[in-house]
Amino acid sequence: MKTSLLVGCAILVTLAAPFPANAWLGGKVDSVQSDRVFMRGTLKSTAGENYSVQEIRAANGVIVREYVSPSGNVFGISWKGSTRPNLRQVLGPYYDTYGKAVQIQRAKRFIRYVRGPVRVEGSGLVVEMGGHMRWYVGRAYVQALMPPGVTAKEIQ
Amino acid sequence: MSRTHRFPVFALLSAAAALALACAGCGGAPSASPIPTPSTTPNVQPIQVNAGPAQNYYTYSNGAFTSVTLCVPGTTTCQTIGGILVDTGSEGLRVLASALTISLPQQTQNGDPVGECAPFVDGVAWGPVVTADVQIAGEKGSSVPIEVVGGSSGLGASVPAPSCTDQGTPDQDLPDLGANGILGIGPFAQDCGVECTSTYPISSGQNLEWYYTCPGNSSSNCTPAPADLMQQVVNPVVTFPTDNNGVVIELPALSGSPPVATGLSGSLIFGIGTQSNNGLGNATIYQIDPMYGNFSTVFNSVEYSDAGFIDSGSNAYFFADSTTTNMPYDANSGLYTPPADEAFSATNVGYNGATGTFNFTVESGDGLFNSYPNDTAFADLAGPSTYTQGPSSYDYFDWGLPFFYGRTVFTAIEGAGTPGGTGPFFAY
Repeated sequence: MKTSLLVGCAILVTLAAPFPANAWLGGKVDSVQSDRVFMRGTLKSTAGENYSVQEIRAANGVIVREYVSPSGNVFGISWKGSTRPNLRQVLGPYYDTYGKAVQIQRAKRFIRYVRGPVRVEGSGLVVEMGGHMRWYVGRAYVQALMPPGVTAKEIQ
Repeated sequence: MSRTHRFPVFALLSAAAALALACAGCGGAPSASPIPTPSTTPNVQPIQVNAGPAQNYYTYSNGAFTSVTLCVPGTTTCQTIGGILVDTGSEGLRVLASALTISLPQQTQNGDPVGECAPFVDGVAWGPVVTADVQIAGEKGSSVPIEVVGGSSGLGASVPAPSCTDQGTPDQDLPDLGANGILGIGPFAQDCGVECTSTYPISSGQNLEWYYTCPGNSSSNCTPAPADLMQQVVNPVVTFPTDNNGVVIELPALSGSPPVATGLSGSLIFGIGTQSNNGLGNATIYQIDPMYGNFSTVFNSVEYSDAGFIDSGSNAYFFADSTTTNMPYDANSGLYTPPADEAFSATNVGYNGATGTFNFTVESGDGLFNSYPNDTAFADLAGPSTYTQGPSSYDYFDWGLPFFYGRTVFTAIEGAGTPGGTGPFFAY
C-alpha cells in the first residue's frame, strides 16, 4: 500500500507517567498518552509530512491508531483487534454525536433491516465499524479537522 | 498494488499464545482428536430465511432463523423460542428477555450475579448471564451459560453506565436486534475467550469490559470482572455430548432472474464428519487465523490480508468500496446500487494456503427492495465495507448470507478435531 506519507522516523516512545488530558478524537496530541495509559499499551510514533500517526498497541493486542495534524489535533482514529476499544475513550466528546447519529439512522430503518457494517455520519463526524465477534475494526474522523490534502482513505 | 505480507508475525505469536491458554483452561471444548466420535443423535435443525420476528417494525432481508429449546437445568420446564438468528459471526446464545417465559438460574461469581456487555458490530447487548439446558434438533447441552438481553425488570432493564453504554449503542429489544435471539455458532468456543479471563486482569481503566459482577443484582452496582472460560457465554455446539466440533449450513440456491425469493428453507447440521449427513466431501478447507477468525481475500489483484470472513449473520456481501468496485451506493441502506447488474470474482486464501475463486453478482439493493417488497431472500445483495476511495488496509470482506445460497458451508470450532484437520476453519 501507499506509504509515502508515513516516511520519516519511527520513534518508540516509552513514557510511564500518565497525562491528565482526556480528549481523543478532536483532542490534542497529549491525549494520546492518556489513551496509551488507559489501554496499558505501548506507543509507536510515526511522523509524516502532513500528519503523524500515534499507534497504541494495547496489552490485549488491540491496535489503535490516532492521526494527528501538524497543529497537534487528533483528526482521525482507527482500531483493529479482538475486542473493541471503549468508544467514548477513543471518540471523546464525539461519542455523543455518534450516539445521536445512530438513533437518527435507526429511525430510518422502518421498511427493511439489513445487518452489516455500521456507517454513521453527522455534524462532520464519520464513524465506520465492521468485523465480527473476536475481530472488530473501526475508524472515525472529523472532516473539519483534517489537514489540507489528507483524505479519509489514509485513516486505516 | 498487492500485499504480500500475509499474516503479521505478532498475530501468529499472540494467536498461538492465546490458543495455548484457551486450551489449557477449556474443559468444555471438544478434544483435539483428529477423528471425531461418530454419532447417531438427530443432528438436523431446520432453518428458514424469512421476514423475521420483527415484522411489525420491518422486513428482515437475508436473515436465517431457527428455534431453540431452553430448559431450566435438570428439569422438564422448557420453552421453545423461534425467530432466533443463525450467526456464524458470533459465539454464544443470546435471547431477548421479552421472548423468555421461563425463569432461568442466574450465574454468579462469589455470590454476585454476572452480567455481560457483549459487543456486536452495530452495538452492545447487555443483560444477565444465566444457565439453561439448550436443545437444538436432538442435541442437548447441559447448564449452558447464555445471555438474556434487555428486559423490563432485573439486571437487564438498565444498562450499566457509563462502562457499558460507552462501548456502543445498546441493542436491547426486538426492533434493535431484529430477532428474538442470536445463535452464535462461529469458529470459537466462547464469545470473548482468554482475554476476558484473569489472564488479563481488569483494573481501573482497562478497556476490556465484557463481563460484570453486580452485587445486589443492581445494574448500578455492576463492575467489570474477569470471567473464566467455563463461565463465559459459550458456543452451544461445544456443550453437546456429540456432534460438537462444528456446524454445517445448507441453503438452496436462488434461481431466476433476479435471484430472489419470498423465503428459503434449509438445514443447520451439527457436527463435521460425525455422521453420514455432515461429511466434508469435496469441500475446500480454509483455515482461519486462530486469534481473529479470518482468512485473506484477493479482489482486483489486491490481497486483503487476514480480513475475510464468512458470516451468516451479515445480510449481504460487504466488500471493498465504491471507488474500487466502481458502483454507487445508498448511504441510507448501506447497499450498492449499480444501474445494471455487475459481475465480480474474488479469491479466498486460507491460513493453510488453500485458495478458491468464487463469482458473484451485485444488483441494486434499493432496486431489489422496491421491486420485490414481499421477498426476503436476495442472492445479489451487497454493500461497501468502507467508504474510502480505493483499496486500503481498513477494508474487509464480509461474505454474508448470500454466500450460503447454493453452498454447503462448514464452520469448524477452534481446537476441535475433524476429518479435515483441527479447527478453526471454514470449508465450502
